[in-house]
Amino acid sequence: MSDKRLTFKKRLHILKHHYRDKKMAPAFNALHTFLYAPDETTHSGSHVRGADDLKRTMNTVIMALVPVLLFSMFNAGYQHFSAINDFPTDFSVMEHFLTWDNFWIGIVKVLPLLAVSYGVGLLVEFIFAVIKGHEVEEGYLVTGILVPLIVPIDTPLWMLAVAVVFGVVIGKEVFGGTGMNILNPALTIRAFLFFAYPTWMSGDKVWVHEAVERAGTADAISGETVLGYLAQNKGTEMSSIYDLWDMFFGFIPGSVGETSTFLILLGGLFLVFSKIASWRIMLSAVIGSLVMGFIFNMVVDAGIIGETSKFYGLMSFEYWQHLLVGGLAFGIVYMATDPVTGAQTNRGKWVYGFFIGFLSVMIRVFNPAYPEGVFLAILLMNVFAPTIDHYVIRGNVNRRLKRFKNATILPKDSDSKAAELKAETV
Amino acid sequence: MALLSKKDANLILDPLADNNPITIQVLGICSALAITAELKASVVMAISVLFVLAMGNVVISLMRNIIPSKIRIIVQLIVVAALVIIVDQVLKAYAYELSKTLSVFVGLIITNCIIMGRFEAFALANGPWKSFLDGIGNSLGYGIILIIVGFFRELLGSGTLFGFPVLGNPITKTGLYATGYENNGFMIIPPAALIVVGIIIWIQRSRNRALIEDN
Repeated sequence: MSDKRLTFKKRLHILKHHYRDKKMAPAFNALHTFLYAPDETTHSGSHVRGADDLKRTMNTVIMALVPVLLFSMFNAGYQHFSAINDFPTDFSVMEHFLTWDNFWIGIVKVLPLLAVSYGVGLLVEFIFAVIKGHEVEEGYLVTGILVPLIVPIDTPLWMLAVAVVFGVVIGKEVFGGTGMNILNPALTIRAFLFFAYPTWMSGDKVWVHEAVERAGTADAISGETVLGYLAQNKGTEMSSIYDLWDMFFGFIPGSVGETSTFLILLGGLFLVFSKIASWRIMLSAVIGSLVMGFIFNMVVDAGIIGETSKFYGLMSFEYWQHLLVGGLAFGIVYMATDPVTGAQTNRGKWVYGFFIGFLSVMIRVFNPAYPEGVFLAILLMNVFAPTIDHYVIRGNVNRRLKRFKNATILPKDSDSKAAELKAETV
Repeated sequence: MALLSKKDANLILDPLADNNPITIQVLGICSALAITAELKASVVMAISVLFVLAMGNVVISLMRNIIPSKIRIIVQLIVVAALVIIVDQVLKAYAYELSKTLSVFVGLIITNCIIMGRFEAFALANGPWKSFLDGIGNSLGYGIILIIVGFFRELLGSGTLFGFPVLGNPITKTGLYATGYENNGFMIIPPAALIVVGIIIWIQRSRNRALIEDN
């Protein structure tokens, strides 16, 4: 066994050397370094390197996503069979949820999405690396697993492929590849799907496997999400269908991997303690959404909005419950914290995160056509992140300049420009 | 080309590619975004601009020695406005449906940066024949981009070309739609035009690296 592995490694190694300085070199280098530690030493500059390189960062996020992915595979089947046979009255996790039947639906429906996402996305990355002659970057590893988790279960594979090509090329490669992109590539893909094929991305039929095919027949099943239900103002009591624990643990319909707030919370804690994701962004986004939800609750309590208003359903939804439904928690933990597209400064992260939460709930409530506002809110704040950072840094420079002026007696000949320069380097 | 000298021919050919008003000078973007969802509208817009720019260039060129430079912008505006009204009235008389689709954008040809740009940059300094050729060249350069963008947006967004269904019927699911293909709603909305124009710029500059600006 170990012999075979060695020969495979050796073979890759030989291939890599064979293609050195040729056009296809990046592709073989990527394959080699993905599977094995590179056998090369640094040629210049610093020779001490941290172990937490980009590859490990990406792998940590993927580890945080694997429980969500597994859960989503079970949930795909659970929602499908519950919609057909009605929800079990005496629900037990082992009997009704963690079953092979459920998992099989997940294997049939979720794994192809994952395979298409990785296959198409990495193909585009490899093509660009070969054409441009740079190394393949690890950026797509996380995007590739995020994408199947944020689309409806029955998304046709060719649509996903088209969207992945669009997202990787227009969202990332045109800006110069991993690390240079302005928008989160996974959300660019989601936004493209949403605007290009709205009938497959929203409504009350797309969230449960087979609901679309069965619509209008005698076997019709419903697959409405909690948010969709509230947006139609059918009433505020969801408890007749799902109780709060269902929402928290994720036994509800929704995009493939977004439903389980519990597992997302665990993944988020894992990312915070492994210092991969920023706790500032997560916390401020949660605060932002709570504040907006609370304002809406206040508006309802004050009697400004009556039960006849079309916003009543979502506005009167308890402010903290917004975190349990839809993609808000998933977006906050895995999307908003993207280090490339988010704010870089600590103070900026608070502002950036706060507005993500705040705007998500606002879009959710005010625009019934977009019951899920979180992806739009994050994309919008991605665009604003550099501006936020600019003003944070500007403010910092001004503060230090002031302190510098107060603390030191400037030499007579130095003008304010020199002082400013000095303050920036202090 | 016997009809035109090499210099004159370049007045027409340059704006088609290496000095294209949309992809190189990045002028006239607004109308390129607004009306290119349908190929028919793109073609009519291209023809309208061709008429306005060629005629306007000639008129301005003829008057170039008598326009006081302090009020030249106003004079130019009046010339464009007159020509645009002619186009608008002709469209209303002979192609009413189309003029409704184009709606305000025919009127907005007045503010199309390409037109004022060519008046200022070329017609004020050159004779009528050269100005005429320059007007033809630039509006063709504008029109060709409009038609390319309109082609892809209508084909991918509505599955039609000039309103004729080329990919089959999306409702009865014939042709390509039988395989599960669907129209791309994203191509209908104006931001898609920006992305298509961006892709054209990308392709053009990677084919001719001399066009890439330093920064």
